[in-house]
Amino acid sequence: MIPLAMVPMLAAVDGWILALSLLTVGATLGLGYWASGKSRTASDFFVAGRGVSVGWNASAISGEYLSSASFMGVAGMVMSSGYDALWYPVCYACGYLFLLLFIAGPLRRFGAYTIPDFAEGRYDSPLFRKIAVIFVLFIGFFYTMPQMKGAGTTLAYIFQDITWFGSKGLPYPVGVVVVGAVITLNVAVGGMKGITLVQAFQYWLKLFAITLPVFVLLAVHGGYARQLSVRHTAPGAVVQAAAEGRPEVSAAPLPAKAPSDTAWRNPFGPLTTKAAKAAKLSPEESRPYALLYTYSLIIAVVCGTAGLPHILVRFYTNPDGVSAKRTTMGVMILIGVFYLFPPVFGALGRNLMPALYDGVGVRGTDKVVLEVPRVLGGTVGSVLSGVACAGAFAAFMSTFSGLLVSMTGALAHDVYGRMLRPGATSEQRMRMFKWCAFGVGGVATLLGCFVEPMEINFMVGQAFAIAAASYFPLLFMSVWWRGMTMPGAAAGMLTGGVCSLAAVSLTSLSVFADRPWFPKALDLAPFWLAHPLLRILCEQPAVWCVPLAILLMVIVSRATRSWVPADIRMKMLVLHAPESLGLKQEYVKEH
Amino acid sequence: MKKTQDGAPDPVHSEEFLAVLMRRQWRISAACAGAFLTVLLAIPALNYLFPEWMGQDVGGFTLSWLILGVLFFPFVWAIAWIFIRRSIRLEEDEVQWARRGGDVR
Repeated sequence: MIPLAMVPMLAAVDGWILALSLLTVGATLGLGYWASGKSRTASDFFVAGRGVSVGWNASAISGEYLSSASFMGVAGMVMSSGYDALWYPVCYACGYLFLLLFIAGPLRRFGAYTIPDFAEGRYDSPLFRKIAVIFVLFIGFFYTMPQMKGAGTTLAYIFQDITWFGSKGLPYPVGVVVVGAVITLNVAVGGMKGITLVQAFQYWLKLFAITLPVFVLLAVHGGYARQLSVRHTAPGAVVQAAAEGRPEVSAAPLPAKAPSDTAWRNPFGPLTTKAAKAAKLSPEESRPYALLYTYSLIIAVVCGTAGLPHILVRFYTNPDGVSAKRTTMGVMILIGVFYLFPPVFGALGRNLMPALYDGVGVRGTDKVVLEVPRVLGGTVGSVLSGVACAGAFAAFMSTFSGLLVSMTGALAHDVYGRMLRPGATSEQRMRMFKWCAFGVGGVATLLGCFVEPMEINFMVGQAFAIAAASYFPLLFMSVWWRGMTMPGAAAGMLTGGVCSLAAVSLTSLSVFADRPWFPKALDLAPFWLAHPLLRILCEQPAVWCVPLAILLMVIVSRATRSWVPADIRMKMLVLHAPESLGLKQEYVKEH
Repeated sequence: MKKTQDGAPDPVHSEEFLAVLMRRQWRISAACAGAFLTVLLAIPALNYLFPEWMGQDVGGFTLSWLILGVLFFPFVWAIAWIFIRRSIRLEEDEVQWARRGGDVR
């Protein structure tokens, strides 16, 4: 029940937007409970999954895959940075191809559900499992932060006109805490445990929520190509498309903070030349830096996607290898279709709502998907903005819940059940699962409160850079090179991961330099100004961290040859031989 | 080496089978990845070396935007389609070979 005191507060909220958002939350929670009542245990879930058709399963994987970064972040970043930001959606989709080509098939045959499962099975080492669990938990928090930014941004947008203790608009941290609490509570009491139906529903909701506003906006304001060919003159001036013989497109004046048309439309724009520009290099001098930045970004996102732990699990919900491959094809198409649209939103935002360039944090470009439909005005604008908000809720709810379930599972079953209290009963573990959910959800919410100044998509890119230098080399080398040993794998994974984590953190810290609590000694801004190359190598570390991790794996494995598991031929056979030969069952029986 | 029930050497568990299997799988994966990476990594290089050509107007898009923002997705689908077809065929091949006793290759 809504307390009476809140009624005047809610009067300032757009009814359509609020209603459609609440409907999404309600439908997601309701579907989750309805479906989880039907399948109670984990094995029920997997067996039930085997009855699921290729189409449903592909929708479910895509639903889990498309997070706030895809739904809100890509559009926001295309609006703020232009062409260079296109690499994100392209590489999110391509990374999935890499997963398919090198990792998905072998891991499926091996029957490893998570990275710790794989680490233990491939190297017969419970110690390596423990290392992997801690690492997975640690990196998981980096994925949750952008989801929380998405949640905080959406709530701040919905409640932007209310009065909150004398000031206008809902503060960002309040939104993060509310959403964090609702999702954590839902996971803790047992709803939404990665149920196919809910995830599939959310994919179609997200696709609908991004395509409908785009189609209507393009119909009213001109097509995709038209949006891209709008010419704005100097900052502050009005569009002069007609003067250039182009179709007239109505565009608001660009604020001074917005990149120029040339910088926005063409490669090597504000995103990739930021470090060199800050160092006062000429445009010609900064181009090689921009090229390096672009390549490093591509490596980070493609390899980082291929190491996404929570995506791998769903490969097991297919009955056999052939339908798993068909499902993957379906996923490629579904996510590819989706990724065509966020950049369109970015272009629309630039032309129709350039005021967003002046906003920071929750008032900045990250909310372009939510706010741009409003330019249509009236009920249509409100309904379409509400539809976009519904999609945003679906995006951060699905990804945050998925991450929370897998991190809590790792903490409760691996850290508590295997390391701290190996003798715990299943009831104790279930109780621990709930406490762990509160703990993980609480930490994630707290971290989420601090990241308002950072772009959603940028944060995801950084999490991917860490995954690219740790999980990807581990999975890739373990699957394709029989000479890998546990010390080699651990050395490469930890060094790559820690190096890229350290590098990424060094550059991200500068974002908080203006906060009162920030120690001035940690402000590296003057150093970055003098060393643009080092700044790029730290901001996008994949270009050196991924080769470093692979090199270390090879060197250390060579030096510790005696650690190669005795039954390595059998392990490699299970990883590579067709499932219908039944080697997996044989392998399980022998162990 | 393991033996089958009638005492003959079991081809599936042999070193040769594993080597051939991994080599053939690797060849398909590496060929698809090679085609895909060549195009993916060529785009920044073309943008860098031929900015005017990549910046030319194609129906309102720049050529570069059209390639990356629109055309790249069907290209990825095509690679995935080819890979899936080939790897399913390879698996069928391997299974048949193993069932025949591994004598003919």
